[in-house]
Amino acid sequence: MINAEIEQEIIQPPLPPGPLKWVKENLFSSIFNTVTTIVLIPVVFFLLFSVISWVLFSADWRAVTQFPLLYIVGQYPRDQILRVGVILSSISIFLGISWGRWGGLLRSISIAAGLIFIVTALLPVQHPQLDQGMRLYLGSNTILILIGYFIGRLKAIKGSFIAIGWLLIPIFGVVLLTGIENSELIPKVPTTLWGGLLVTFLLAAGGILLSFPLGVALAFGRRSDLPVLSGFSTIFIEVIRGVPLVTILFMFSIILALFLPVESRIDRLVRALMAVTFFSAAYSAENVRGGLQAVPLGQIEAAKALGMSNLKTTILIVLPQALRAVLPAIAGQFISLFKDTTLVVIIGINDFLGIGRSIINSDPEFVQLRMEVYLFIALIYWIFSYLMSLASRRLESSMGIGNNM
Amino acid sequence: MTEEPIIYCKNVHKWYDDFHALRGIDMEVFLGEVIVIFGPSGSGKSTFIRTINRLEEHQEGQIVVDGIELTHDVRNIEQIRMETGMVFQQFNLFPHLSVVQNITLAPIWVRKWPKKKAEEVAIELLELVGIPEQAFKFPGNLSGGQQQRVAIARALAMQPKIMLFDEPTSALDPEMIKEVLDTMTDLAESGMTMIVVTHEMGFARAVADRMYFFDEGKIVESGTPEEIYNNPQEERTKLFLSQILKH
Repeated sequence: MINAEIEQEIIQPPLPPGPLKWVKENLFSSIFNTVTTIVLIPVVFFLLFSVISWVLFSADWRAVTQFPLLYIVGQYPRDQILRVGVILSSISIFLGISWGRWGGLLRSISIAAGLIFIVTALLPVQHPQLDQGMRLYLGSNTILILIGYFIGRLKAIKGSFIAIGWLLIPIFGVVLLTGIENSELIPKVPTTLWGGLLVTFLLAAGGILLSFPLGVALAFGRRSDLPVLSGFSTIFIEVIRGVPLVTILFMFSIILALFLPVESRIDRLVRALMAVTFFSAAYSAENVRGGLQAVPLGQIEAAKALGMSNLKTTILIVLPQALRAVLPAIAGQFISLFKDTTLVVIIGINDFLGIGRSIINSDPEFVQLRMEVYLFIALIYWIFSYLMSLASRRLESSMGIGNNM
Repeated sequence: MTEEPIIYCKNVHKWYDDFHALRGIDMEVFLGEVIVIFGPSGSGKSTFIRTINRLEEHQEGQIVVDGIELTHDVRNIEQIRMETGMVFQQFNLFPHLSVVQNITLAPIWVRKWPKKKAEEVAIELLELVGIPEQAFKFPGNLSGGQQQRVAIARALAMQPKIMLFDEPTSALDPEMIKEVLDTMTDLAESGMTMIVVTHEMGFARAVADRMYFFDEGKIVESGTPEEIYNNPQEERTKLFLSQILKH
């Protein structure tokens, strides 16, 4: 009995500090701390005040608000814009279906996407391009996500069908965006007219989707026992990693065009995508290789002792553990890929940043407003980068459940 | 005896670079026998047990398991591994899979069982090793003794003819050793053919049919537990036994 009482006394956790105590402990704990606090607080308040008053009263957002469609799709023909809408809507509905089927991280992504659609549909600005129809369309994407969610909840929907759908969307999307020669319904749209967020997302998503498997393959290639394979992978990785992305972009845009005959010339946007993909693949490969090395030999032995082949051991045991170990590094790699796509401006592709620049340069009046334009562009990049970072942290914690790896 | 041994080893040699780890091991194991291998560290006992399922390659001599000779033929190796379960000192459970998934992985992907059948067998095996309530946890949330029992269940799920144990209790806290040894004793009594590398002399005396004492890559002495404990012939065996039985 006495023992139990003593134990209870010991177990009592310390009370959480009150606000006053927190301030004392964290802001005024020493002379140096006190001085820092006293100096920094006015500075922070002054900066906040100036930024907020500038944004609300002095800033002139015309160069941003006048051209919403230009920022989103570039010069894509306005009468064909429905095609972009169809792709966006099919992504929305598949996102919803996947959310209903699997939940977890997809739930957060769906909610974020739905919120972005609603917010843009309800933006309190007057603009001819943001008419009733456009607002209705944007809002309907949120509804599509919800409809997809309820479809996904149905037992009849198989995971493999949804996966096939996700594989088909990029192909269908590229065909729809490019169009078909001599077609009445979807005439050809040259990629020189594509621009804005559309191009940024295409390069980023395409780069991520293609560079990831390529990076995994290169990582295995570098570890391979076959000297040709490991030699090739090592040279590829080291050459790409040793050269700035700008140089690779130039190489692909100029040298590739010089060597190939005119009729088989690869599209400019595809060349940019190849450059971004190879660049990101080389870095992913080194990340994945680090993860492969972190998998203990005992894991491989245990799998082999169960009669599993090398291939099954790799796919079922080694790769999942390796990828989980390097997920934060790979997520960081993809976020920088997303931001690095801005470099395609220098080979004449009007991505999101490129559109901003051409708007600024189109009118002397807008040159005065470049501050606002760049701030807006930075904000959009930050939002998407931060969402990616959030998603990767979510994924990490969901993969870490019950594990002490 | 006219019966064929299920494991037949003849003059097995193994080198790590210049180091001669196994120097001509001969051993025959018959169906249903429990063999205990013991000896000082570095004596080659772990290396030997690992050559039986080709986690280590022998360079000379002959190893035949269940009528299949171990050669470089990958199909032979995988066939033998399907028939021999192995339990490791460090458990080596797959940390990214739940307990049930750990057990069903190989039956589903190697034996091609339907998932449902594999899961039923997994639950039965977890009951056999005494931890059915841990089925849906992850290895990281289990104690060492529980992990090792899951590892035994995982090996048994492939329905092997032979079980190899490579120091299964050496990495365990003292209070967990018993639960693992009890499971192994049950398994031995059910008629499983087992080769166990261990220093648990109480277990060996109770369960082993024959014991082998390894030193410097060779079999110094072999015999029934009675012979080994009560009447060891070699000085080296006497010395080693006196050291490990002292406390």
